[in-house]
Amino acid sequence: MNAPRPLATTAGRIALDQVSIRVGHGNDAFTTVEDITLNIAPGEFVCLLGPSGCGKSTLLGALAGHLTPASGTLQVDGANVAGPSPERSLVFQHHTLFPWRRVIDNVAFGLKMRGIQRAERHTAAQELLALVGLAGFEQRYPSQLSGGMQQRVEIARVLIGQPRVLLMDEPFGALDALTRLKMQQLLLDVWARFRTTVVFVTHDIDEALFLADRILVMSPRPGRIVEDLRLPFERPRDAALSTSADFIALKRHCLALLHHDTPVPPLPRLTPLGGPDVRTLQFAI
Amino acid sequence: MRALRLNPAAWVLPAASLLASVLLWHLLATYKPHLGLVTFANAPSPREVWEAGQDLVQSPKLLFHLGHSLYRVFAGFAAAAIAGIALGLAIGRFGWARGTLLPPLEVLRPIPAVAWIPLSVLLFPSSEASMIFITFVGALFPILLATIHGVEGVDARLIASARSLGARRWRVFTEVVVPGAAPAIVTGLAIGMGTCWFCLVTAEMISGQFGIGYYTWESYTLQNYANIVVGMLLIGVLGMGSSALIRALGRLAMPWQGATR
Repeated sequence: MNAPRPLATTAGRIALDQVSIRVGHGNDAFTTVEDITLNIAPGEFVCLLGPSGCGKSTLLGALAGHLTPASGTLQVDGANVAGPSPERSLVFQHHTLFPWRRVIDNVAFGLKMRGIQRAERHTAAQELLALVGLAGFEQRYPSQLSGGMQQRVEIARVLIGQPRVLLMDEPFGALDALTRLKMQQLLLDVWARFRTTVVFVTHDIDEALFLADRILVMSPRPGRIVEDLRLPFERPRDAALSTSADFIALKRHCLALLHHDTPVPPLPRLTPLGGPDVRTLQFAI
Repeated sequence: MRALRLNPAAWVLPAASLLASVLLWHLLATYKPHLGLVTFANAPSPREVWEAGQDLVQSPKLLFHLGHSLYRVFAGFAAAAIAGIALGLAIGRFGWARGTLLPPLEVLRPIPAVAWIPLSVLLFPSSEASMIFITFVGALFPILLATIHGVEGVDARLIASARSLGARRWRVFTEVVVPGAAPAIVTGLAIGMGTCWFCLVTAEMISGQFGIGYYTWESYTLQNYANIVVGMLLIGVLGMGSSALIRALGRLAMPWQGATR
């Protein structure tokens, strides 16, 4: 397939300088990540690994432009992040496809927002759907697809905007184990063509080790980076990697990092939108 | 609907329930029991109502009654749908609209349609317009509240995704908020259609010579008990039918709802 204008791997540099993020309002506000300084090179595949509630998702939300840091600067290619943009697309754990749009129109949505003609955007959407293995499903509604297929559509939908940075918040966390392995392989195949910078949040050590060039291990809340780990594994990778001696040694190392002596009460999962979402309706019918 | 056609067993229980209701009515009207709080001494029997219904169906008045009522209900409903959806979308989406528009509407909401009669007679020079206004009042609030609920219920993640994909304020509204609220709006419209018929008798009490509500009210003043029940049942059936029509139109407009694997 012809990727529509492959990106130069010079775009997608991420720079965080002493970033802290607070979510919630008034007395309920709390710091999720504290004083994070970090550089990610263009085209790098980075996994943020940490326990639930450590703020990895809020960090992703800030990169996507849905949350504003309380302090510090957050830049992509030298420009401060201000609000959401198709250059920094976010994939959630559960798909956010529009239930009222057919698969092809979901994928083409970003092009529609740029004012591109219907025929042209459908051609581009069709190519991307073929790339993620969903040729023939164009006319389905999202509710007519399995969870894995929905996430493939979601990936196609963000890739159509040719993002410099692809942000993924446990995108395969809700899938069964086999589907998840397939999706990891698919993501690596797609990434091999698009070479965009990827920041991938997960709490699954195997997933991080299989996917990433580099793993940033985070502490419990308020989240800080406790280890910056560069993975020596060659690409392309396949399932055999996960049984190699190096892989297991690194897995043991990560487990040790994530093991904390003082028991931390399990924290609720945060969302890139600053949740746990407690939205109350004003009145009932 | 399809489930009913495929599965005749699904018909049996509702049909039996309706038959049993008519039978209970027949027994009460025949034996005219005094139950202390309530007495059936003057209740018309199903047979009398059936005969009164036959008379009405054969008289040329029925078409006039139906025509006038349908016109009032649909005019009031259309106005309520436009106002309710527009106000509901604005109130649900924009803080300033909620702050300015919602408080007066909340005060007006508990006022029953019948309480609006004197004011609507004063406000509207034609009695036709005041009757349409009463049905409008009846339908407005269910549609308004359902629309507000629908807008508030739109998944924040969908809005975030649309913005990430390059949608600006107005496109977020038309591409995500409106279709996201659509199922709730259709529910509100179906309920509002029901309350329109609910308010019809109230509206047609104002004046007029035609209309199902007027017919029911006139039958009461003439102590024509069987005709009252004919009017009541006619309103019930028409209300049910027009609500079902709204739901069917809603399904046509939202093909993604109920789309299955």
